[in-house]
Amino acid sequence: MSQTDNAADIVPIKRPMRWHIFVFMLPAVIVYSAVMVLPLIETLRLSLYNTVDGQPAFVGLANFKVLFGDPRWAHDFWNALVNNLIFFVIHMCVQNPIGVALAALLSVPKLRGVAFYRTAMFLPTLLSFVIVGFIWKLILSPIWGVAPWMLDLIGLKFLFAPWLGKPGSALIAVSLISNWQYIGIPMMLIYAALLSIPEEVIEAAECDGITGWAQFWKIKLPLILPAIGIISILTFVGNFNAFDLIYTVQGALAGPDMSTDILGTLLYRTFFGFQLQLGDRSMGATIATVMFLIILAGVSLYLFVIQRRMRRYQF
Amino acid sequence: MSKARTSPIRTGLVHLALSAYTLVALFPVFLTIVNSFKDRASIFREPLMIPTPSTFSLVGYQTVLGQGDFATYFQNSFIVTIVAILLVLLFGAMAAFALSEYRFRGNMLLGLYMAIGIMIPIRLGTVAILQGMVAAGLVNTLTALVLVYTAQGIPLAIFILSEFMRTVSDDLKNAGRIDGLSEYAIFFRLVLPLVRPAMATVAVFTMIPIWNDLWFPLILAPAEATKTVTLGSQIFIGQFVTNWNAVLAALSLAILPILVLYVIFSRQLIRGITSGAVK
Repeated sequence: MSQTDNAADIVPIKRPMRWHIFVFMLPAVIVYSAVMVLPLIETLRLSLYNTVDGQPAFVGLANFKVLFGDPRWAHDFWNALVNNLIFFVIHMCVQNPIGVALAALLSVPKLRGVAFYRTAMFLPTLLSFVIVGFIWKLILSPIWGVAPWMLDLIGLKFLFAPWLGKPGSALIAVSLISNWQYIGIPMMLIYAALLSIPEEVIEAAECDGITGWAQFWKIKLPLILPAIGIISILTFVGNFNAFDLIYTVQGALAGPDMSTDILGTLLYRTFFGFQLQLGDRSMGATIATVMFLIILAGVSLYLFVIQRRMRRYQF
Repeated sequence: MSKARTSPIRTGLVHLALSAYTLVALFPVFLTIVNSFKDRASIFREPLMIPTPSTFSLVGYQTVLGQGDFATYFQNSFIVTIVAILLVLLFGAMAAFALSEYRFRGNMLLGLYMAIGIMIPIRLGTVAILQGMVAAGLVNTLTALVLVYTAQGIPLAIFILSEFMRTVSDDLKNAGRIDGLSEYAIFFRLVLPLVRPAMATVAVFTMIPIWNDLWFPLILAPAEATKTVTLGSQIFIGQFVTNWNAVLAALSLAILPILVLYVIFSRQLIRGITSGAVK
C-alpha cells in the first residue's frame, strides 16, 4: 500500500480479509494472553481487594498501607527487600565481573581448548536449583567436612565456619552459590560480544601500540558496554524474581532467622502460608504487585535511560 | 601478529586461570557423582577418592529406586517439557511468521505486546494463575504446567524466530506464491525447514528453565502423580536428608538427563548464543 499525495481522495482498495494472519497469530496470542497477561493484570487488581466480613471488597490502597505500615509486615517486607538488594549487589560485583573476565580470557586469539573450557564453565548454569542447592549444602556442611578439609590444604582451616547456618554469613553464602551457578550467562553473552568485534579495529589499535590490558580497557570494554547493559538488566530481573535456590538451601522460612529472606520467598510464604501462618491471597497479590513495580522500574530505567545513552557501534 | 598476543608466558597464564575456574565449575558435580557410588563409611572418610572395588556400593541408588517414584517423576518431566517445547515452537513460529512477513494494522503494537513477556516474569501472576487453574479444574494436572510453560516460552521464541525469518529470501516465498502455494504451505513447507537451526536454539533455551523449574510444580501440581523430577528430588532429599547415599544418588540421577542433553545440544546452544540470537 503506497501512500500518495492525494491519499485522502483515493477510496481504499477493498482487500480480501487476510485470514491467514489471524490464524497464524491466534494460538500464540490466546495462550500468552490467557495464561500470562490476564493473570498478571488480575493479580495487580487483586492487590486492591481484600476480604471484608467474608466478602471480597474493594479496599483501595489499604493492603499497601498494611504492608508498609503494620510493624510486623513492614519488618518482613523491608528485611526481604534489603536482602534482595544485597543479593543483587553481590551478583553485580562478583558474578558479572568474573563472567566478563572469563569471557575476555576465552577470546584470547589462537587459544587452544576454548570449546572445552566454555562447555565446562557453562555446565552449572544448566543444573536445577535443587541440584545446585543440595550439592553446596553438602559441601559446606561441617558434617561431611569437604570444605574444611580443602581449606586445610592451603592452611586456612581456621577460617571455616558453618556459613549457611550463621545469620551474618548465610545471605552472602547463598548469593555466592547463585553466582557459581549463573556465571555462565554473562560469560557467554560477553564472549559473543567480544567475538563480534571486527579484527580491523583490533589491528588498528595494535598499530597505535595499544595492546594487552590497555587494549581491553580502552578498545574492547567500550565496545561491549551494550552487552554489559543487557547482562545487568537480566541479573536484575532474575534476582528480584528469585526463589528456588533460597527455598532449596534454606527452606521457605529463609533461615537462619529470616536472614536470607528475599521477595520471592516472602511472596511464597504470604500467598501459601507456612506452618502457623495462613495463606493470604490479597497480601500475596500485594507483594507480587510491589515486585512487579520494582522490576518494571528497573526495566524502564534500562530501556529509556541506559540503553538510549549507550552508543551502539555498527560495523 | 604482534609478539604480545602470542607470548608463551601469557598463554600459560590464561590457561592457568581458565583451568582454575573450570575446576571450580566442575568440582562440585564431580564430587557428587563420585561419592554416590561409594559406601557410607568411605563417603565420610575419603570424600575425594574415586570408588575402588572395596568402597564401591550402589546402596544409595537402591534406596532411591525403591522409595521414590522416580520413574513417574521422569515421565512427567519429559511429557511436560516435550509438549511445552513443541507448542512453543509451533505457536511461536506461526506468530513470528505473521509478524515478520505481513504488514498489517497493529503489527508493531502486537509485536510489542508479545515482547513484554521477555522481561516481565510470569511468576508475578501466580496468584491469579492458580485461581484460574482452580476454576478450570486443572490443578494437579500436567496440562496446567504445559500451559504455563508454553505462555512463558512464546515471547522469547517469537523474538528469536522473527529475526531469523526476516533473513529468508522474499524471492523464494514469492516464487512459491506464483506457483500457487497457499500462505500456510509457504510457512510450513518453505519457511519452517529453512529456520530449523533457529528452532533448535529456541528449543534449548526453552527446555532448560522448564526442566529446572520448582515454583510452578510446587504450586500447580504438587500431587504425587504429577510431580516433576525437580520437585520430586527436592521432596525426596528433604525426607532422606540424613541418608547421604540416597541423597547423593538422587542428585546424580537428577544431573544425568541434563548432562546427556547438554552433550547432545551444547554445540547448538553455544552457536545459538554466539551467533547473536539473544543479543
